[in-house]
Amino acid sequence: MAIAFAGLAQAEDKTILIGMQCDRTGPTQVVGTMLCPGTHDYIDLINSQGGVDGWKIDASEVDTAYQVPPAVEEYEHAKQQGAVGIMIYGTPQTEALNQRLEQDKMPGTSPGFGIAASGDGQYYPYLFPIAANYWSQGAAAVKFAKDQLGGSLKGKKIAYIFYDNPAGHEPMPVIEELSKVEGFQLQTFAVPPPGVDVSSQVLAIAQEYRPDFVIDHTFGKSPALIIKGLKQNGYPLTHVVALVWASGEADIMGAGGWSVAQGYNTMQFAGAGEDYPVIKEIQAMYKKEGKEPPAAMKSTVYYNRGVQQGALWVAAIKNALTLTHGQKPTPTDVKKGFEMIHDFTLGGLNAPLTITADDHEGGGWVKIFRVKDEGFVPETQWFRAYRDLIVDREHKTAQQMAKAN
Amino acid sequence: MFHSETGVFKTSYAADMALLPLPVARWAVLGIALFFLFVVPLVFSAYLLTLVNLVLIAVVGAIGLDILTGYTGQISIGHGGFMSVGAYTAANLIVRLGVPFWLAIPAGGLMAALIGIIVGIPSLRIKGIYLAIATLASQFIIAWTINHVTWISGGIEASIQVPPPSVFGWKLQTPEQLYFFLLFFAVLAIVATLNLMRSRIGRAFIAIRDQDIAAEIIGINIFRYKLYAFAISSFYAGVTGVLYTYYLGIANYEQFGIDVSINYLAMIIIGGLGSVLGAVFGAAFITILPEATRLFLTHFGGVLFSQDTIRTLVPNLTLILFGGLIIFFLIVEPEGLNRLWRNIRNYFRLWPFSY
Repeated sequence: MAIAFAGLAQAEDKTILIGMQCDRTGPTQVVGTMLCPGTHDYIDLINSQGGVDGWKIDASEVDTAYQVPPAVEEYEHAKQQGAVGIMIYGTPQTEALNQRLEQDKMPGTSPGFGIAASGDGQYYPYLFPIAANYWSQGAAAVKFAKDQLGGSLKGKKIAYIFYDNPAGHEPMPVIEELSKVEGFQLQTFAVPPPGVDVSSQVLAIAQEYRPDFVIDHTFGKSPALIIKGLKQNGYPLTHVVALVWASGEADIMGAGGWSVAQGYNTMQFAGAGEDYPVIKEIQAMYKKEGKEPPAAMKSTVYYNRGVQQGALWVAAIKNALTLTHGQKPTPTDVKKGFEMIHDFTLGGLNAPLTITADDHEGGGWVKIFRVKDEGFVPETQWFRAYRDLIVDREHKTAQQMAKAN
Repeated sequence: MFHSETGVFKTSYAADMALLPLPVARWAVLGIALFFLFVVPLVFSAYLLTLVNLVLIAVVGAIGLDILTGYTGQISIGHGGFMSVGAYTAANLIVRLGVPFWLAIPAGGLMAALIGIIVGIPSLRIKGIYLAIATLASQFIIAWTINHVTWISGGIEASIQVPPPSVFGWKLQTPEQLYFFLLFFAVLAIVATLNLMRSRIGRAFIAIRDQDIAAEIIGINIFRYKLYAFAISSFYAGVTGVLYTYYLGIANYEQFGIDVSINYLAMIIIGGLGSVLGAVFGAAFITILPEATRLFLTHFGGVLFSQDTIRTLVPNLTLILFGGLIIFFLIVEPEGLNRLWRNIRNYFRLWPFSY
């Protein structure tokens, strides 16, 4: 026992701890069970290569089942153990931890969800969305529709089908504003939680409204049902674009497999597929240990997002270590480390992400992948749309929040 | 020996009605009070205090549900909804009018009580599983309303950030400061409920639970008392919602979903229906269970499993334990943890001369 403890104490000397919240149970477990192994695998990969400048990284995981109290509990635990930051999972959890992060000067990440306005690093100094938020995603979806429909949306009809919770509502004001700018007609269709029946919405879209393009922002079981429903009603899936949480392999499988979902457009903030150097390295690591790569790896969309999350933390810690000249970084150093991330592509898995003290979103880049044969094929390059409008909205909302508090 | 009832003489009505008639009970309560006032905040780390704080909030909610389900026999699967009513009422008052906590907390409770009365009206006609479904409906109606009426929810994000409570100009932010704040309300809830249940109203609740027709025949106005039960219970739920809001610094209806309602039911079932102490035990047990499972497995699970297995095992094992324990208590010990505690106490009543 004593030896074990001594061993632990020695290992802790050169270890940097990150708190990690996951969702392997609860309503969005389909994401957590795929995403979290990705983060762990990347960190294991770095550790197996000797760590970051000799420092081992330890991501201590806790399952929150998408509830807020365990998230707060775990945050305090991680803080007490000396974590340099926290990987948050879930929009309500991000909202609840935001004040604490600021108070404790502790960086936290919320890739692809959370508070849209927190891209503004001046007002949200310790919160890092590090991926396109819902506003950027909504704007990118409109831009994609515009390009697909021949460069103009004037007089066109767009349907926005969304999960009826706050996260589902979030892109709506941006799309509404763009409908005025671009002159298209917008109709919204709500899918009430728990989202296991979408038949009436799908019928209303495919049979009555007959839009030129559909933007799908749903979660959980709904995306699969929407793909299946639209297909059955003869609506072309090439004219559907799904935001990032309706874009996984699980949604395709749920709809009945690749053959059903041919042409479906998915939006990604981390590249889909296995064809990236970093994924190959992880596979090689498993092979060296004589083990099979985890099943989660097959679900490339969420797994790769996990890898991306791990990679961004490692990059931030690496930057922080240059600031401290190899000494153990403080949470504030890691925050600065995040703000030094520049043009970070991770061999194409990532957008050219650049995080600055002003822009914690990292540019708001996304890429559209289309379902073709047995996989996702890139349909666009990394792109972003209506950036001025989004940044302006972030500033205004952040200022309002600052004034209200 | 130390729990001896001999030699305790009651010479006045006041002594007969005392909450704690035995000297040993008074000493025990004093000991517990000293423990929670001095030992816990001084010895416990910030993280353990966070756990204790969550237990304290859950205590208020569990006692509230126990008044309705355990004492009055009316089931509710809508308490998560009442909590969000309290949370948003308080959050709006705090943010828009700058109301202090000592007004915001009762205001949140009262609004929840009002909604609770409305939801309770069907209980006058229907019972058991039918009432369960009616209260479940209220859960969804409340969530839908908050989600769609931005006047209540403060915007499409449906989250309202609130500043920490301040007492005489002191802002309560750290776990230690919030601990005393929450302890006060948990103790208040415990004492108030213990007394309520000894009063005319409490007796009427119990009579309705045991046999409502008999209760009506002996002159209890069922209409009025059932609504009282809903109102009081929802008041507690509303206060719980406000405490959560202060604690987390945010009002958000997504954290008061149906799983929360079920969790609170599990607390009072495992703790023991119809007892304040049981609700306290249950709240502590259910709040600490996931954390204890995780700590146990991460420290000792390495003997049996690989680190990867533990990561997937922990969350799922918590769920398995949760379901298993509810079934276990329903079958083996329907009176819950409270009964276990009473068995221990009764053993020591005659100890060491138990024959």
